[in-house]
Amino acid sequence: MKENKALRRFREVAAAPYDYLRNLKTVTGKEMIGSTCSYTPEELIIAAGAHPFRIFGESKGLSHADAHLQAYGCSMVRGMLEDGLSGSLDFIDGVVFSHACDSIQRLSDIWRLNVKSLHFDVLLPVKLDTPLAKSYFTKVIGRFKKDLEKSFSIEISESEMKKAIHVMNELRNNLIRLYTLQSQYPGFISGSDISAIVKASMVMEKQEAVDLLTHILDEAGEIKLADMPSNPKRILISGSICSHPDISRIIEGKNAVVVWDDLCSGTRYFEGLVPDDKEPLEAIASRFTSRYVCPAKHLGVEFQMENLKKLITQHKVDAVLFMFLKFCEPFSFDYPDIKKALEKMKIPFLMVEMDRHNGVDEQMRTRIDTMLEIL
Amino acid sequence: MAERLKATREMKKIMQRYYFEAKNARFIGKKVAWITSGGPVEPLIAMNIIPVYPENHGAMIGASKKGGKLSEFAEGLGYSQDVCSYAKNDITSSITKESPIKGGLPKPDMLICSNNICGTVLKWYEIQARKYNVPLFIYDTPFVHTEFTEEARDYVNEQTKEYVKFLEKVTGKKFNYRRMKKVGRLSIEAMRMWKRVLETAEHHPSPMTAFDAFFHLALIVTLRGKKVVVKYYKTLLKELQERSKENVGAVDEEKYRLLWDNLPIWYRMRWLSQKFASHQAALVADTYTQAWCGVIDYIDEEDFLGTMGEAYTRIHLNVGVDQMAETIKGFIQQYKADGIVMHSNMSCKPYSFGQYDIQHLIRETGIPVLMIEADMTDERKFSQSQIETRIDAFMEVIKQRKQHDYTGN
Repeated sequence: MKENKALRRFREVAAAPYDYLRNLKTVTGKEMIGSTCSYTPEELIIAAGAHPFRIFGESKGLSHADAHLQAYGCSMVRGMLEDGLSGSLDFIDGVVFSHACDSIQRLSDIWRLNVKSLHFDVLLPVKLDTPLAKSYFTKVIGRFKKDLEKSFSIEISESEMKKAIHVMNELRNNLIRLYTLQSQYPGFISGSDISAIVKASMVMEKQEAVDLLTHILDEAGEIKLADMPSNPKRILISGSICSHPDISRIIEGKNAVVVWDDLCSGTRYFEGLVPDDKEPLEAIASRFTSRYVCPAKHLGVEFQMENLKKLITQHKVDAVLFMFLKFCEPFSFDYPDIKKALEKMKIPFLMVEMDRHNGVDEQMRTRIDTMLEIL
Repeated sequence: MAERLKATREMKKIMQRYYFEAKNARFIGKKVAWITSGGPVEPLIAMNIIPVYPENHGAMIGASKKGGKLSEFAEGLGYSQDVCSYAKNDITSSITKESPIKGGLPKPDMLICSNNICGTVLKWYEIQARKYNVPLFIYDTPFVHTEFTEEARDYVNEQTKEYVKFLEKVTGKKFNYRRMKKVGRLSIEAMRMWKRVLETAEHHPSPMTAFDAFFHLALIVTLRGKKVVVKYYKTLLKELQERSKENVGAVDEEKYRLLWDNLPIWYRMRWLSQKFASHQAALVADTYTQAWCGVIDYIDEEDFLGTMGEAYTRIHLNVGVDQMAETIKGFIQQYKADGIVMHSNMSCKPYSFGQYDIQHLIRETGIPVLMIEADMTDERKFSQSQIETRIDAFMEVIKQRKQHDYTGN
């Protein structure tokens, strides 16, 4: 797609998210509340007048984190801790730890003991498929609301929650539209730009992200099919975090396009809307218990396989690329059974393990290239 | 070194009988439930269901030095090198039937998974639920970073009721509340006896070491709620008390007393035990085996079902790092420890992450800490020469400090 201001802004924020946040804090005076997982009820942070953002763990080295976490921790958890300890998050006022995997659970303890800031543990259930678990989920969200109210000495009104739900839903709708367009017109925008947009959306003021996205989507109405790759191979990426621009470049260099993903740094951030006809806390909880779930959560024993199969059919996927963080247990435990399901479907796939601090090496590039070449 | 504990032979017999019964469950009209090591087993006992522990099986595979081989097989199926070796051992054994128990574990009729020990068991039990196509019950215990919230209490207590209904549905029988009362009492009694067994190590010299505890643990894990456990631990306790009376130590001329943190390194138990003994050091206590008696105070004997939720939620692995450090500080005092050996266990992230901070939090005690990086059952991850050097160096520090204390210099 054509270069435009909105796209440039997203890229700029994605390249230096913490600079954006530092500046936002100076300009707005808002409290900056970081989160470590896509299971964070951002609506409540917004309704509390604070600003939610995702901690990415982008510090170059790990010298501070190494003193607290063993090398067999995943690079995301170690990276987030490094951000907290090294001072690169010097602008934060608090951090939310939503219960997901064992590593983030311990990260919360280590953070609480070593980083001075407000600390919110959101003790979510692990199973999401019983009425009891759902009702507990709502109560946990309610406690988080109270914790925010206490920390900021405020009261969060229902109308503020509804406003926050509205803006988050707008953002989700826009991101889904963007993804749907990419699935319909693969390659109308580059994969690295999509990654930048999602990443920046996790950082920016939500209304700003909504407006910029609306602009991009309006411009996309003039897609010229002639400018797009012809008959590209359709790829789905699945895993936890994958925002490495090199991956998109490798894929696109072989006339292939990522038409959908199943990533924490992708659809798991924005998939599913919060129903606007329910009591807000229950509504927020109900989105989390019905959208794509992370493999650290339980929504029946077949969910991950069935969801992936559904996405493959829905988006006419030619091949699946699994991008796992090394040492990430929840994702890697599902892989062998998913692998069997894909073999049955005769869908080619490739699994690569990544370390966020090492980037893409030659071997990984060759493996991805080879898979794409045989499609 | 002191002779082997006499009770051991009886323990082996009990375990053999237990596995024999489990393997033949269908012939005696009983159902088999696979359950996680921290899972609520008492309702199963009350319902006459035989509990089987894949983790215990994983440990047996480790002790028979097959953990590396079985893990490697699972890795061939696509499981990562970096995930829990207990899970990989079990997954492999359920396919190849390779096991110290002939033919492997008996097939489950149901799976009971509590995430109070880790999130890994959730994935592991999902895999086995798909494989065996049997019902899975998840006993979901919210993590207690700093506080056991009211809503968490309601959530676990309500799950206890769901658990009872689940068992009624799977067995087609009414839940036996009268029997449950008895089982609950026996379970508490077994935990108390286990505690007393472990506390015999307060004596100088200690009549037992953590290596004994790792072995004798099997009963409190697998069969608590049954009379045989109480009876066995009574016998064991008596033998240990006799040793203490005669000042017989498990380690000859015990001079140094150490604590162990994390799961055992099953395939090097003997080597480690001899290594420490050669330095006249006894591992007098550990955080792992203590976990099966650390929560007795939360249970009301008169209302086991109504209170077990809190106890199961507050176990050592489901609480914050600072609380774990407090527990360790308590053990340092209680067992008069001179040092701590921490097993940084690549297979167990929730147990191992936070160990550096625990070291920091207990530094006021002035106790030296040795960190050994290994894996509980995968011997491929054990570097013996490196670990040997580290243990020797660590013991050198302990010796110097103790000398320093005596001479007052």
